[in-house]
Amino acid sequence: MGKYILKRVVLAVVTIFIITLLLFIFVRIMPGNPFPSERMNAAQIAAKRAEMGLDDPMFVQFFNYLKNLFVNRSFGNGTSLYNGAPISTVLPTCIMNSFRIGGIAILFGTAIGMLLGICAALNKGKFLDVFCTVVSIIGVCVPSYVFMIYLQYFFSYRVSIFPFYFDPSKFLWSSIMPSLSLSLFTIATISRFTRNEMVEVMDSDYILLAEAKGLYGRALILKHILRNALIPVVTVLAPLVVDLLTGALVVEKIYGINGIGKLMVDAIAGEGIDYNYVLALGIIYSALYVGVMLIVDIVYGFLDPRIRVASSKEG
Amino acid sequence: MSKIANETAVSAENTAVYVPTDEDFEFLENRDIAIDRNFAAQGYWKGVFTRFFRKKRSVIGLVIVLIIIAFAVVAPIASPYENTQIIKGEYEGKRKVAKSLPPRIAGVGEVHDDAFEEYTFLFGTDSVGRDLFTRTAHGARVSLLIALITIIIDMIIGMSYGLISGYFGGITDATMQRIVEIVYSIPRLVIVSVLAVFMPKGIWLVIVALLLTEWIGMSKIARAEMLQMKDQESILASRTLGAGSRWIIFKDVLPNTIGPIITQIMFSVPTAIFTEAFLSFVGVGIIVPQCSVGSLIEDGFNNITTLPYQIIPPILILALLMLGFNFIGDGLREALSPSIEDM
Repeated sequence: MGKYILKRVVLAVVTIFIITLLLFIFVRIMPGNPFPSERMNAAQIAAKRAEMGLDDPMFVQFFNYLKNLFVNRSFGNGTSLYNGAPISTVLPTCIMNSFRIGGIAILFGTAIGMLLGICAALNKGKFLDVFCTVVSIIGVCVPSYVFMIYLQYFFSYRVSIFPFYFDPSKFLWSSIMPSLSLSLFTIATISRFTRNEMVEVMDSDYILLAEAKGLYGRALILKHILRNALIPVVTVLAPLVVDLLTGALVVEKIYGINGIGKLMVDAIAGEGIDYNYVLALGIIYSALYVGVMLIVDIVYGFLDPRIRVASSKEG
Repeated sequence: MSKIANETAVSAENTAVYVPTDEDFEFLENRDIAIDRNFAAQGYWKGVFTRFFRKKRSVIGLVIVLIIIAFAVVAPIASPYENTQIIKGEYEGKRKVAKSLPPRIAGVGEVHDDAFEEYTFLFGTDSVGRDLFTRTAHGARVSLLIALITIIIDMIIGMSYGLISGYFGGITDATMQRIVEIVYSIPRLVIVSVLAVFMPKGIWLVIVALLLTEWIGMSKIARAEMLQMKDQESILASRTLGAGSRWIIFKDVLPNTIGPIITQIMFSVPTAIFTEAFLSFVGVGIIVPQCSVGSLIEDGFNNITTLPYQIIPPILILALLMLGFNFIGDGLREALSPSIEDM
């Protein structure tokens, strides 16, 4: 197991390194220049390029970038190329906001989704099961932002119960709507998946054996059915977690949350491409993704012995 | 105990032995006797076809998608306006632009603006004065184009990549899977942003971004199928008979894995449509005056408090498309790999 974890960690680090390298190369070989040409003349741009070392060979630049990253803990020269906003102060605030909203959405979505899925599986073919199916169809087919827009329209505009926009100072109250709308897709996916897994496990021979032994009710459901059914749910949950933590772009736009998704879009969709920010965010996104996947793989290895066996055979 | 035994002994003494006669038997008129009937062997695809159409849900999905295709093809031709045209009218010598008009059919209902009494706007107009009916149809076209491109990407890149990676195994497989892992770990927004450095923003940016990432899901499925297939005797037989790698991959394995592959395609289509709509909504997709479902939803969202009717048609199109393709995918999955219960 130790060897397996070590191998996975090394692979993850290599992956992040390659991604950083790729992003760096892509951003640096772009045509044109990263400075606002309407506000600076050619001599100023040339001076600025030299100052930032943009004329050095790519390899040297990348080395400097990495050195900067690890020694000074700053991305590039640490500021926006357009308005000079320092990354080190802007980024943590944005990450904080995104994580809080995403975190609540995950907790909420997983709890409700699993509950719904379990109830549906236990009442297979009855009303709750149909209800669960309908919810999951709606959740998968109606894009979450449509849901968000209407939630905002009805509960903020028509009936003003909740605030229109996210406000970090009134964190809990204003984050109810964004988290709720974000969690819809999670609820749909998790409930559908939990239900199917549960139904499959309930049909299996070992549950029949457990029943034959005389187990019933809570002991059977919690100890035997749920435990086996939830292992695959972990795999579905992992990408959702990353998406919710980082990809909550639309919710950030709709509810005016100052998060990393918004930061990213601003860096791309603005006047030019702010590549200090693009690079910094890209690295953070990818590291998060690889990191969560790594954790999931390891947790999964602990949960399911079959995977451990397969991986040790492979390696 | 002893009482019951006595009773049976008594009844056996009293009743004489009954001998059945011919009248006790008669022929049944409608005999329900199982007779073996022979069915002509049914081809695989015919079976798929019948199983697909037996399900109400998949038929509904198909009908929805067909209706939207018809709408996307016919509506722009039938409409008197262009997709990007700003409609202008004249009233009492003053030139006016058809800004933000609610839905209305000419000659029916109350008149909102005298200059446009003669005009028909089925879905109303947007805040610049363009006909939303035409624009929605164009948005649907963009979504369907994305769907088509996804299918092609899945079919060509994803499938070949997965099959080749699975077939050769060893170091080829390891390398190819590392590449997949790396591409998969870069979030789509990062890819779009890096691409935006190289090319102008617009629909092609979205398409190239999809091209770079959309094949991964498919390649995983194809690889898994190949790993399952390649140890089978039929493949060994084929190789013994002298078949080369290309023959085995594309002629022996591919036709046998077509079921999961088609299902995967159908499920990746709604994802791709949603991605485009999402990118356009956020503002890195299509650019005005062109439109897609996503950008129309964004327009509608910006005006939702004043002109709430604007957002409904594009949302409906998007939701129905997702619903339709999901239903078709579900139906195909069950039709292509029937379980015992369905037979």
